[in-house]
Amino acid sequence: MEKTNAREDEKEEVEEQVVNPWEVSAKGDGKIDYDKLIDKFGCQRIDQALIDRVHRLTSRPPHVFLRRGVFFAHRDFNEILDAYERGEKFYLYTGRGPSSEALHLGHLVPFMFTKYLQDAFKVPLVIQLTDDEKCMWKNLSVEECQRLARENAKDIIACGFDVTKTFIFSDFDYVGGAFYKNMVRVAKCVTYNKVVGIFGFTAEDHIGKISFPPVQAVPSFPNSFPHLFSGKDDLRCLIPCAIDQDPYFRMTRDVAPRIGYHKPALIESLFFPALQGETGKMSASDPNSAIYVTDSGKDIKNKINKYAFSGGRDSIELHRQLGANLEVDIPIKYLSFFLEDDAELQHIKEEYGAGRLLTGEVKKRLIEVLTELVERHRRARAAVTDEMVDAFMAVRPLPNMFN
Amino acid sequence: MGYSKDQLLTRLQELHIDFAQYEHPVVLTVEAQAKHVGHLGGALSKNLFLKDKKNRFYIVSALPNTKLDLKAVLSQRLGLGKGGLRMAPEEALQEILQVPLGCVTPFALVNESARHVSLLLDQGFKAQECCFFHPLANDMSISLNVRDLDKFLKSIGKDSSYVDLEANPSVGKDQPPDLATLVPSGSTVLPDPPERAASLQGPTENYVSDNQPTAVTAKSVKQSNNTQNVKDKTATVPHQTSSFDNPEQFVEEILDKTSSLVLTEITEETIKQHGEQLGAVISDKIRKRLFTELKSLATTFKNTAYTEGFCAGTYQPKRA
Repeated sequence: MEKTNAREDEKEEVEEQVVNPWEVSAKGDGKIDYDKLIDKFGCQRIDQALIDRVHRLTSRPPHVFLRRGVFFAHRDFNEILDAYERGEKFYLYTGRGPSSEALHLGHLVPFMFTKYLQDAFKVPLVIQLTDDEKCMWKNLSVEECQRLARENAKDIIACGFDVTKTFIFSDFDYVGGAFYKNMVRVAKCVTYNKVVGIFGFTAEDHIGKISFPPVQAVPSFPNSFPHLFSGKDDLRCLIPCAIDQDPYFRMTRDVAPRIGYHKPALIESLFFPALQGETGKMSASDPNSAIYVTDSGKDIKNKINKYAFSGGRDSIELHRQLGANLEVDIPIKYLSFFLEDDAELQHIKEEYGAGRLLTGEVKKRLIEVLTELVERHRRARAAVTDEMVDAFMAVRPLPNMFN
Repeated sequence: MGYSKDQLLTRLQELHIDFAQYEHPVVLTVEAQAKHVGHLGGALSKNLFLKDKKNRFYIVSALPNTKLDLKAVLSQRLGLGKGGLRMAPEEALQEILQVPLGCVTPFALVNESARHVSLLLDQGFKAQECCFFHPLANDMSISLNVRDLDKFLKSIGKDSSYVDLEANPSVGKDQPPDLATLVPSGSTVLPDPPERAASLQGPTENYVSDNQPTAVTAKSVKQSNNTQNVKDKTATVPHQTSSFDNPEQFVEEILDKTSSLVLTEITEETIKQHGEQLGAVISDKIRKRLFTELKSLATTFKNTAYTEGFCAGTYQPKRA
């Protein structure tokens, strides 16, 4: 397993929480300390002022993930908004490592938020499917990764992206040309020592892994996509992602000015908690740690009722007396991700926290919300054909991408 | 009113379909039928009329010796879970197939009322010289080669789906139910059985229930796999119109969802509560509740249209 960023402090390693693109684990009591993470990574917290600014600029209520602090950290988001106010557009860049066919709700979070950003700011989006990365890290065959990439693309498309403003590409298909030229430019600026320091590579890691980071870096530069942004070398990039991807973009931001490009801006999210509690992020290998987009209403009901970690007390009397522990209660956490109505969520939290609402009732509401979400996703997914995937992945101009 | 035996026989003649007809006393079972026509060579058929929990109907027509496991095998293969398939009630026989008891037959699909019924034919029929079916009445059996049955089905706009009914492939997360494409896309609502009133999910056309997740996904995967192998758009799989490429259906669905929401919201209570303001309140509610869902529908509609244009306009070389 890859080691943590703080390789210099070997002794502290064991007690530190580990957050990098390939491993996320908390220390001690099991909860990720996000304040410490922000501190260590050096990004900013998103505050209410920033959220209000987004509201003003987009003339629509900010996305539920912003309101509830799911997307909670950023780098240079203010600069993006400044430019936007001046009439300068930007483009969005996000991605997925297609290591499995089964997507869970945690996987959808960045895509749901990116779709909101696309709609609110009316900007184009590139989505990178890092099939090469998974081929290298998960030791899957090239063909299998390409297949998974296309399957995942269907779920991504089902999130509701606009085909006239979205370009999805797989590394195996797209790397080359202008994209590769940028990869080399970036690679030249990052020493072996540096990349080992950032990602924790060792001498036993194969050279594929060590030379991968530029692949994920260069979609941040508009001239990697000549068919989309030719003539717009100045276009800024905003990257919505989960905070464990930060190392890639710290590296990118370090390199960008050296090769004459804008630094990409980032907007980062927390980890979606596993059903069993806040011990890290959901794992695709444990089916009961997550709600999958292929789960039936019955599965969802069963999983929430059986596995969702509850902050309720052991007995009804104790519960009515002390109220629920909202800090660790998973159903409340999930509702704060997916229950759109602020007033209703507030009410549930109050009643549950005071012990007047029981765990079963909260879980019931959650099951409703999730079932509707998964249902809608499944329906949209069913309408995605292979031809539609081809259309999204075709190297084609997007003339209306800023409309 | 349903087709009569004579009307059916005339139809078959018009289509130049070769068949032999045998009259006999009314029979209600294969055994009884066998007493009269079993010696004539050719295979008899056992025909079951089934329904699933979502009020979708199926005719399974098989050789008498073919083992059928409705609950554990067929139900799963159709993506209905275990025990999702059961015998249809007598009323359904009359309402939908419009044939008497003991007379289930593929020919019943000629009736408009059976338009949404899915037909599963035993693969074994294909090897037979001729097979016996009831021509909408129990006092006669007709024998014909299944190729001619196919011809008839085609003439009424139905596809023949031959299935190895005894096969028991495993169904799981990575192996979608292999018969999922045979689940009807529209469900038939009988007057009596309980249907979820004013469901906010809108019409049952293209409705995917909670219990059949893999069915629809498998459906679309199966369909698109077919169209990908046959590069031209006149694919082997019949195109199913959906709300996503058919403006009329699209609008119908939107109006259905909206009116269903309006109707749920207008109750004695709400009228009392809001009085004259009810209109504004409901209008607000519609906006809030349906916006996301309708937007999702519209986006898929847009993406589908773009894709069709894209396919028409480009040629994508096979991926290396």
